Parts: sequence; structure tokens; C-alpha cells
Amino acid sequence: MSWAGKILRVNLNAGTVTPEPLNMEWAMQYLGQRGLATKYLVEETDPKVDPLSPDNKLIMATGPLTGTMASTGGRYSVITKGPLTGAIACSNSGGFFGAELKHAGWDMIIFEGRSPKPVYLYVEDDHAELIPADEIWGKSVWETDQILHEKHADPLIRIAAVGRAAEKGCLYAAIVNDLHRAAGRSGVGTVMASKQVKAVVVRGTKGISNIRDPEAFEEVTEAAKKVLAENAVTGEGLPKYGTQVLMNVINEIGAMPTRNMRDVQFEGASKISGEAMYEPRESDGKPNLVTNGACFGCTIACGRISTIDPTHFTIKDKPQYRHASGGLEYEAAWALGSDEGIDDLDALTYANFLCNEDGLDPISFGATVAAAMELYEMGVITREDTGGIELKFGNAEALARCAELTARGEGFGQVLGLGSKRLCEKYGHPDLSMTVKGQEFPAYDPRGIQGMGLAYATSNRGACHLRGYSVASEVLGIPYKTDPLVTEGKAELVKAFQDATGAVDSSGLCVFTTFAWTLEDIAPQIDAACEGNWTPEKLQEVGERVWNLERKYNIEAGITGKYDTLPKRLLKEAAKTGPAKGMANRLDEMLPEYYSLRGWTPDGVPTPETLQRLGV
Amino acid sequence: MLKSLALEPAKCTGCLQCELACSWENEASFNPSKSRIRVFTFHEEGRFAPYTCTQCAEAWCLHACPVEAIVINGATGAKEVIEDVCVGCKVCTIACPFGTVNYNHDTGKVIKCDLCGGDPACARACPTEAITWVDADQTGYDRMQAWAARSVESIDATQGGGA
Repeated sequence: MSWAGKILRVNLNAGTVTPEPLNMEWAMQYLGQRGLATKYLVEETDPKVDPLSPDNKLIMATGPLTGTMASTGGRYSVITKGPLTGAIACSNSGGFFGAELKHAGWDMIIFEGRSPKPVYLYVEDDHAELIPADEIWGKSVWETDQILHEKHADPLIRIAAVGRAAEKGCLYAAIVNDLHRAAGRSGVGTVMASKQVKAVVVRGTKGISNIRDPEAFEEVTEAAKKVLAENAVTGEGLPKYGTQVLMNVINEIGAMPTRNMRDVQFEGASKISGEAMYEPRESDGKPNLVTNGACFGCTIACGRISTIDPTHFTIKDKPQYRHASGGLEYEAAWALGSDEGIDDLDALTYANFLCNEDGLDPISFGATVAAAMELYEMGVITREDTGGIELKFGNAEALARCAELTARGEGFGQVLGLGSKRLCEKYGHPDLSMTVKGQEFPAYDPRGIQGMGLAYATSNRGACHLRGYSVASEVLGIPYKTDPLVTEGKAELVKAFQDATGAVDSSGLCVFTTFAWTLEDIAPQIDAACEGNWTPEKLQEVGERVWNLERKYNIEAGITGKYDTLPKRLLKEAAKTGPAKGMANRLDEMLPEYYSLRGWTPDGVPTPETLQRLGV
Repeated sequence: MLKSLALEPAKCTGCLQCELACSWENEASFNPSKSRIRVFTFHEEGRFAPYTCTQCAEAWCLHACPVEAIVINGATGAKEVIEDVCVGCKVCTIACPFGTVNYNHDTGKVIKCDLCGGDPACARACPTEAITWVDADQTGYDRMQAWAARSVESIDATQGGGA
């Protein structure tokens, strides 16, 4: 069966922990992880709830393949109502925490209410308890991890925690597990901190032995691993360069958001690319990259493990950062680099370390700094506002200082912690916020990749590349090549990607597998592990069901079709250079067709027939 | 030909496929906590290292066992625990200098690598060849070859490619 069949309900008001059977009827409809937890959230909370009130719930959820030998089967997601967007938030993380939770015998944890005092949850197989968090409240994620490992005297525990940013109310705070993997986006860490939950500690020794058809599972997972190994992206590009394999590619096609998306190409891209991470530096002759590292069960191993130049200004007086840790992924490199016009690889790696250390989403953080830089150069934000920081594009010292302040929730970091939308509103220039539904853009300018404009505008958690990655088709030719500069056919493409991703995100597998796998590769793995006759068509339908359920929740929360749009800059200001020169995003050519394909009204509301067809 | 597991930490990504394969083969469970092979992460060094029983020729565990529950498999050279004979006294876990014999509280017996009878699941599962199943007398062959290749490069560099 592969689901553990059991969830842990943590009532923080009462301080109780209660096991419950998993609702298997819902599991058959929503599979697990993202889909199933969304179903629980929708059933148990009012969409209008204040995200930071005790009435919001926060769910950590694994999928049926989490913890198994299927490649990349170590994922978990955090589902809640997000404080950055007011929409549904769903952030997915790798590392080892999710698999450990599953091995302890739990499909998900539901946190409800708010603890009167800071606590952390300790889970050891069937045993679960809330423990006072006095010694870790106010500490970074890294300090928390160390203190809890020492306290429990157990090297095998896995820890997910929030940092000081979340405690101080930063609206895009992440939950960081295993030191440098994160449920990063939409402020899920902020919600966890609002409930006065500092960390979740898990040790699982029960394992998973309820695979439906063990022999078939061995066979299909092995075949699927071979597909990953033989694919150019998952077998070569990602292990070698990580997601940073994209930096030069996306810059060349003119879709690299630069200087708060004023430009679509960055002259310093090659200096902060995956290739640059291999260049030996002058001081010690070592490259930035130490090695690639894998998440649980992952045969791709795209993770970057890096060090900072020990003589670099950021750490020359800070020996505590002279070690290896999670390095730059493409999204962080872009958001901390080209969006601020900064090409200093070590400064970016330092800012990235701080994002991991204290749980900041590097995309939202970087994009907010970029917006602040534009406002500073316009004279709207002053040196007095910043506390003396010369907040100009290209200033690596300013980036490092902003990261330190935001990570700790101090000084101007408090303002940066509001996110780009609220920051730009505060200073009277809402149009300069590069966000959808309040969430900052990731690393693909939709003027150079038209389909991504539609994917961003319609994403249920605000601007996001992981909800419908049409880049795969428009740039990389997966599963077939489309022209990134045309809008024709993109509505159908984006919908297909969104639905397939909804299924993958509900399975326990990593969406990066879809560079090589289609649902034809994924369905047999789920089906061998789980009851329910899982076919590619059924998975596509699960994805569509999840998408519509999220949409329905958002509409009831007040996030209606009128928010399915892009900032004026991307719709009116043409790209200045590159293949898309002279072009803005033509969302209006795609959106009506998309609504129609989805079975939604012209206002973007799912029709009763659509909801009924999907059983939502 | 006798074969042996060769472990190369430099190639390991820390994915734990070996632990999953081991626990699956031996316990019918995806359960790293019951794996005979373990991967250690040295986070601050950015290194991963798989480690398991090296099948000592003069095995301390075997000699320490008071009930002769650990025997040599003549075909593979593995020191295998006979579960029916093991009394769970754990003396072998004390005797092993490398810590690779461990107690399993679920069964009350000890567990250790038995080379899966000659087809180790960990080596099959490893995606990066950090764990390979090679000629027992040649576990250093690949590394020797790599260093030999470097010596060839240095000849090329100093003598302009020869001839």
C-alpha cells in the first residue's frame, strides 16, 4: 500500500499529539503530499482565515513513494495558507527529513492552533511529544540543528526548523531541513513560527515494507533509474552543474531577469554560472564547488555543495562560515545575482548560506532587494531608510548586509522582510514590484519565454516556475520543442505541465525527474507500490483535480481571476536585448484560451460541471 | 575468482540507495536504520563516505562468537551470521574493530554484511559506482590506473607528447 496509513495531529492550543488513520478515500482521489494535504486543508479550514492566526493549519505531508527506493523518493511538502500571498501555499523540499518521517510511520503531520509557548515536536516512530523550545527560540536553523543533535545525543535524527527570520515575521521565511534543503516559498516558515513551533525532530526505524507488488516495484524503479541515467539533463547536466546548468542558456535566449527585470540579459551571467563554480580561485586554488550531493534516494544528485573564498570580504572575519554547505542553485544565483546586477560568486554564495542558516526564500529575498535597489536609485528609498547601506545595483557589500539584516529581522531587514509587493507599496510604487499575487518571480523572464507568463499569472501560489515549467518545452525541447517567442499553443502546454506537476508533487517524487520521465515512467512506479490502478491518465486527472481544488480555495479566499496577471513592466515594457528584443509578454493572447481549456468561466472560475467532472 | 566490495567515498553523493537496497534485500523493508552498509555525511567537508564490513580474513567477530554463529561462506568469503544459532549476546559487536556488526532489536540477533550471497544489492543500486563489486585481489586497480594515467600526462607535459 505504501502509504503509512497514519497521520499525526498536533493540537498546539491543548498541547496534544494524536494519531489518526489516513483518509484512504481521499488518498485514492488526491494520491498524497501536495494533493492530499490540500484536501485536508480545504476540508478543515476557512479559506478566509488570517494566515498567521491560530485558525490556519500547517501540514507537512509525504507522498506514497516518499521513503522508498524509487529515485528521488524523498520529498515532502508543506501546505498552509500563505502570509505572502493570502493564497494557498505549498512548498516542496528534498533532503532526508521527509523520508525519515515516513520511516517513522507517518504520512503527514497536521499542526493546528498556536502553542502558548515556543515548542518543538519530537517524533520517534510511534512516539510523539511537544517539548519546550526555550533553548532554541531565537537561534538560527544551523544553531538549532546543532543544539538538538547534541541534546538528543542521536546523530541519526533529522530536523526541520525555522530561523530567526520567521520568528521576526519575515513574510517569505522558509522551513529548512537537513541544514540546506528548504520548503522555501510563500512563507510557510512564517506560519510555522506564528504557531510557536520552532522545529520538528524525527527519527524513524520502522521503514516501509508494505509495497503492493514488491517484484514489480523493483523492476519498474530500476528501469526508471536507467532512464534518468541515460538522459542528457538528468544523467549529465544536472549532476555536473546542478540547476546552474541553466544560467548561460537562459541568459543567451534573453530571458534572464536582470536589475529588477529592467533587463532580460545579464552581462555578468557567466561569472555566476555553474561553469564558474568549477573555476579555481586565486586565494587557495580551490573552486567554489566541492562536490554534488543528493537528496534521499536521488540518483540525479543535482545539489551543490560549496565553500566561500576564505579571503573574501564577506567571511574574512567570520571563521564560522569557512566550511562547505549548500551552494548556489540556479534560482538563488539569479535572484541574488543578476536581479541585483551582482556578479560576485562568493558574495552570492555567502548570501545563500545566510538564507539557509536563517530560513529565507532566496528568490523572494533577492527580488525584494532588487526592487529596493531600483527605488534607491530613483531616490525614493534613501540612505537614511537603509541605515547607511548604499543600495545600488551591482553593490555586493549591500547584498551581504541586507542578507544579514533580513536573516535576523533587524533594521532595514524588517522592511525587506515584507517582500517586494509590500515594500513597493510602502514607498508608493506598486508597479515596480515584480510579483504575481504578491509572490516574487523566479528566473525566467516571460518576455523571452512567453508561455511562462501564463504559467506565472495562473500559478496558484503566486509567481512560480515549479507549477508549470513550460521552459522545458520552450527552451529545452522536453517533451517537444516549441518556440519561446510565440503564444500559440501555450495555453494547452501550460495546462498539461500544471496538471502533470500536480501529480508528481503528490507522489513523493521530485519534479526534476520530469526532464527525463513522463507520467508513462512515473505511473508504473506508483502503481507497483500502491493500490488504486494508477495509470498516466489517472495521474493527469489527479493533477487537474489538485489544480482545481487549489483554485477553488483561492477564489474563496478572495484571490480571484483578476489576480491572474503580470506586472505592467512585463506586459508593456519591451525586452531591450536578445532574441525577444522589442517584445513584451502577450498574456492576453493566452489567458482566455487557458480558461476555456480548463473548463472555467471567462472570469477564471471553475464551472460547476468542471468541478463535478473532477469530483472536487 | 573471489570478489570484494570496493568503496570509493569520492564518488559518493550520499543518496542512500545502497542503504535502501541493503535493507530491502535483507529485511524486505526500505529502512536505512536496518542497513548493513551506512553512508556517513561529513557536512562541513562536503564529503560522503559509504562504509560496511570488509570481511576480514581473520575475522574478530567470528573468533569472538561463543556459539559459532558466524561462519565463513567458502564461495564468497563472507562472514555470515547464522540467525538460528545466534543468541544475541553481542560479543561480536564488541570484537569488531570497525563497528560493522550491529544488533537488531527487532529480532534479538546481530546483523552484518553477508555480500548478499555473492551479488551485493548495494553495489547494484549505487548510481555513481562509489560501491563496486570487483576482483578481491584488485580493489585498488581503478585507483592505480588513475594515478598511472596522471604519470602519463606528466610525461606528455614534460616531453611534449613524446616522439
